[in-house]
Amino acid sequence: MKSASPQHVFRALADPTRRAIFEELTRQGEQTVHALTSFAGVSQPAVSKHLTVLKKARLVRHRRAGRETHYRAQPEALAPMADWLRAYSTFWRERFDRLEALLDGMEP
Amino acid sequence: MSSEIQSSRSVVMEKMFAHPQQKVWRALTEKALVAQWLMKNDFEPEVGRRFQLRSEPMPNWDGIIDCEVLVVEPLKELSYRWSTFGLDTVVNFTLTPTEGGTLVHMEHSGFPMDRDANYKGAMYGWQKFLGAMDKVVGELGAE
Repeated sequence: MKSASPQHVFRALADPTRRAIFEELTRQGEQTVHALTSFAGVSQPAVSKHLTVLKKARLVRHRRAGRETHYRAQPEALAPMADWLRAYSTFWRERFDRLEALLDGMEP
Repeated sequence: MSSEIQSSRSVVMEKMFAHPQQKVWRALTEKALVAQWLMKNDFEPEVGRRFQLRSEPMPNWDGIIDCEVLVVEPLKELSYRWSTFGLDTVVNFTLTPTEGGTLVHMEHSGFPMDRDANYKGAMYGWQKFLGAMDKVVGELGAE
């Protein structure tokens, strides 16, 4: 599965209600929209909207069963975060090379 | 699966520079020099000093890193908070004089995620990280 960008993941989780929903799904496993609505304490349309944003960030998946839609968390969606480590490794290696060049060029 | 809870990860870089400690320290703490190898900045080597590192803005990112000086031990140690994208991390440099130069050890720590960590462990760091995110919601403009 293709990962969403870190920015998408950050943005999706920037909202406290969405974050609470995502965390609830990671704790409880699969949940219906119904159950999530009573958990979140907001209207069902609001919950559905939040779930759509989470889905776009690939943080949750859904399946339909009868009249209910079930959602579950996608822990691997957090993987883009791990890319920060790789990105920063490259960043610092490159900056250290520049630091060396600077030092070589500086007066003693 | 490991039961170890790992809540954050670091990037560690170590390099030997064939230059005296004094000179390396200057490169790390004089803003005109810092601008030449790291980024444009308004750094001052005072604990508690807030400053910004500025790089080229990109789509979805203003290029700004908000920092706060945490440790200044002249010639030996420099540390600052490094916050961007709601990711609150710490950069620490330690300088050790060696024969013929200076060993610079850099650790950029506090990354909340680890692809390999077990999920519970990852969630610990994740929640800590999310707590810090409340502050940047406005800036990011939640959808």
